Amino acid sequence: MLNIVVMIVSGMVSLALILNLYRLLVGPDVLDRVLALDTMYINAIALIVLLGIYFRSALYFEGALLIALLGFISSTALCKFLIRGDLIE
Amino acid sequence: MATLTEAILSILLLTGGIFLLAGSIGLVRLQDIYMRLHAPTKASTLGIGLVLLVSAIYAILTDDGLSISELLVTAFLFFTAPITAHMMAKTALHQRLKRLERTQNPDLFEKARLRLNPNLPLEDPVNKP
Repeated sequence: MLNIVVMIVSGMVSLALILNLYRLLVGPDVLDRVLALDTMYINAIALIVLLGIYFRSALYFEGALLIALLGFISSTALCKFLIRGDLIE
Repeated sequence: MATLTEAILSILLLTGGIFLLAGSIGLVRLQDIYMRLHAPTKASTLGIGLVLLVSAIYAILTDDGLSISELLVTAFLFFTAPITAHMMAKTALHQRLKRLERTQNPDLFEKARLRLNPNLPLEDPVNKP
């Protein structure tokens, strides 16, 4: 039963990723695109964790941790750049 | 694994998926950036928390036990989501992004913007609203 639910939830997360892609392409401002990228990072982590449940492997969590770190750093760096116009002063 | 446990895990996982989808629908449907910040930072964080909870319980119940990186991902996401949302709200205030006409108390925007950086001039000639 859990395998079927994992497949359904993967479909939902993929639909969420497509919606984020729409906002990434359309978004009127730069900040909208940053926000869409941040949400895409979160959805990608969800997809990888679902893959880990499906294959019963703990190997995927290392990748999820890496993606979480990169998402936080890149969003913060982009916001800092948009505020100050510079990263390292 | 017992059928009841599997059913509970399935319901939790479906709820997490619904929250993730709701966050992304909110990102598309809401009208200005200040509203759009709400949907992914709250709903998606709850959704990913539920998915990670299901994954942790599943790892405990099956063969190889709970790994440390799973807890690390959960803790890291729950710490960093508010920080990112705060940084983005600061950036939106700083850039004077367009807001909805019927937003209440519009003078508070300028006040909050000046509180972020008191050295800014009142009228920024580059970034006119």
